[in-house]
Amino acid sequence: MDPMRRSPSPCPSRPSSPRTPPCEMLGYVGIEAVLDQLKIKAMKMGFEFNIMVVGQSGLGKSTMVNTLFKSKMWKSTVQGLGTPTPQTLKLQSVTHVIEEKGVKLKLTVTDTPGFGDQINNDKCWDPILGYISEQYERYLQEEILITRQRHIPDTRVHCCIYFVPPTGHCLRPLDIEFLQRLCRTVNVVPVIARADSLTIEERETFRRRIQHNLRTHCIEVYPQKCFDEDINDRILNSKIRDRIPFAVVGADREHLVNGRCVLGRKTKWGIIEVENLAHCEFPLLRDLLIRSHLQDLKDITHNVHYENYRVCRLNESHLLPRGPGWVNLAQTPAGPLATPQPSKVHQQAQEDSEDGDEY
Amino acid sequence: MAEKPMCMPTQIPRGEDVPKGDSVRCLTMLGHFGFECLPHQLVNRSIQQGFSFNILCVGETGIGKSTLIDTLFNTNLKDKKSSHFYSNVGLKIQTYELQESNVQLKLTVVKTVGYGDQINKEASYQPVVDYVDAQFEAYLQEELKIKRSFVDYHDSRIHVCLYLISPTGHSLKSLDLLTMKNIDSKVNIVPLIAKADTISKNDLQKFKCKIMSELVSNGIQIYQFPTDDETTAQMNSSMNGQLPFAVVGSMDEVKVGKRMVRGRQYPWGVLQVENENHCDFVKLRDMLLCINMEDLKEQTHIQHYERYRCCKLKKMGFTDVGPDNKPLSFQEIYEAKRQKFYDQCQREEEELKQKFMQRVKEKETTFKESEKELQEKFEHLKRVQQEETMKLEDERRQLEEEIIDFYKMKAVSETLQTQVCTNVKKEKERKK
Repeated sequence: MDPMRRSPSPCPSRPSSPRTPPCEMLGYVGIEAVLDQLKIKAMKMGFEFNIMVVGQSGLGKSTMVNTLFKSKMWKSTVQGLGTPTPQTLKLQSVTHVIEEKGVKLKLTVTDTPGFGDQINNDKCWDPILGYISEQYERYLQEEILITRQRHIPDTRVHCCIYFVPPTGHCLRPLDIEFLQRLCRTVNVVPVIARADSLTIEERETFRRRIQHNLRTHCIEVYPQKCFDEDINDRILNSKIRDRIPFAVVGADREHLVNGRCVLGRKTKWGIIEVENLAHCEFPLLRDLLIRSHLQDLKDITHNVHYENYRVCRLNESHLLPRGPGWVNLAQTPAGPLATPQPSKVHQQAQEDSEDGDEY
Repeated sequence: MAEKPMCMPTQIPRGEDVPKGDSVRCLTMLGHFGFECLPHQLVNRSIQQGFSFNILCVGETGIGKSTLIDTLFNTNLKDKKSSHFYSNVGLKIQTYELQESNVQLKLTVVKTVGYGDQINKEASYQPVVDYVDAQFEAYLQEELKIKRSFVDYHDSRIHVCLYLISPTGHSLKSLDLLTMKNIDSKVNIVPLIAKADTISKNDLQKFKCKIMSELVSNGIQIYQFPTDDETTAQMNSSMNGQLPFAVVGSMDEVKVGKRMVRGRQYPWGVLQVENENHCDFVKLRDMLLCINMEDLKEQTHIQHYERYRCCKLKKMGFTDVGPDNKPLSFQEIYEAKRQKFYDQCQREEEELKQKFMQRVKEKETTFKESEKELQEKFEHLKRVQQEETMKLEDERRQLEEEIIDFYKMKAVSETLQTQVCTNVKKEKERKK
């Protein structure tokens, strides 16, 4: 018998050998080319981003969306005198594909007209929460199919911008109720709408008060403190957290200021430049949403909020004790879900492009 | 959504583009919207998370697997030469952490041990297939968990299989065909000709053609480099025509001219590993690492893993479509299964209970019977004892009567005796 004759043990299902310390490479290998590969793949696939804007009518939500994406997403809705206020909250979604320098972004904006407009606003957040849950549900159903699609279409809401009316005092009970419920299921970014009615000092006091209110009621808005991964993130995010909620002004008309064409609102006492940090904090909001934290918003939605939803769903009707890997799915709870109406929106989009010349 | 109108930003262009740095708040005015830095965000996040790559290296003992991996990653990871006397094929798994500039790569290399050494090689491919399936299974389990954490999960699925073919110059061995046939639907196979310095250039070309035609005629799917992206399509398609790559591995440094290069020193010259005229090593490295690493991982996830998942779930009894061809949901099937299982558990519990009751009853009856018997015995004994007591009583009475009679007789005899004595005395006195 050969003394070396021993059958190697069958391999375990995970690599079991202890990790060796980082190995030194003696020359060029070319691993960093993987970054280029990633970029190419990302450019080919394009990006998706879904935003929801929530706030009472007249706070400038549609204008803000237009300003943010520099395109006529929406005609600003003006309620006619004769039309009755809608009794229930109807959510409307618009999808656009924007391309810039080879990078494609598929943007979906969901508007919530009629939020907080009724006399009795009890449970006005239910349709919104239902819509968000419905998107998670759709993704979950796609994910658990046997034969899945290559790329599951992502309609989950990545960010919800909440418009706080510029009263100058503090958050109202409706705001607090809504934010409390919403911040558990989606990333919420509160903004002070129509901030041109507040002076700089009033803005600061209002902001501090809102921050204090948020802390008192344990409302965690984006960027959440608990998801800061390392010291750099924390420094970056605490700077942002200091300025939340941003005081924004929306405008989609251009005016001539000092020979330059800027977006702004023209009043008798001056022109408010939207992109001027001294005037309003719109650039900060835009930077946060698009330029620096877009991927982070998507990651938190996918890794945290969606997983929480999935855990809740899979744990419903939990009757028997389970093993660790047991998957138990129950029937979808029937609830009042407001479904987005794409056909209506399609018509509206067409109307917009027709009436766009008026502006 | 039928139409998606392409909206170009309606802006008058405002001068030069300022390259976007990584800071959060760029206060300079940018002339455009600025979401071209979205790929940057993605890349930054990936850098933070780190990359992982898992290679499976299949080849006979001594064909140069460890040396090839070393040469590919330019490190000295090799350990001692392995023995030829293993009784079955095993796998050796090693994990390394490599870093180049700011990219961290966690590399897992799985090598076969003892492949092709046995006398009976029928079961050679089985450990490999089992290992690959086990990785898919682990991933599937993680995906089906209720509380799952993909951020922390280390993906151990095999992304590429480097299959090393012996340089006989003739054709593929039947073992090669058998193994490749069994794993081609589970991993991306990249066939390589090992120790290519033993074949001359002409023979090499013929060998390559023979190998490719054999693979095609046996229906074996090997990995084709993707040709759908313009930047890499041309290079990839030309490389596809040069498969399998003839590689030579070496970490020894040899002096050629004024430089030290990696190569093998022979009496008739030096074979340089990184010289494209000498061998296809550089091509392999470029294709595998520099250009197609992401695609390999993507194919593993989209194609092979999905296939495995589909098969596995179908085997477990799940379908997407019910008997009426209406879409069935996963949860309905699962609920039905769970209900069935639950019912079965209940039934078994009932059966057990019944059995138990029955046994208890039987025991009870036997106990009762034995109790009765004991009782009877006891009564019987009691009666016997009573009779004996009575008998004894009678005898005692008799005895007592006899004693009384005896005493009576004694008393009588005594009086008689005293009478006789007095009579005698009286007579004596009279006589005097």
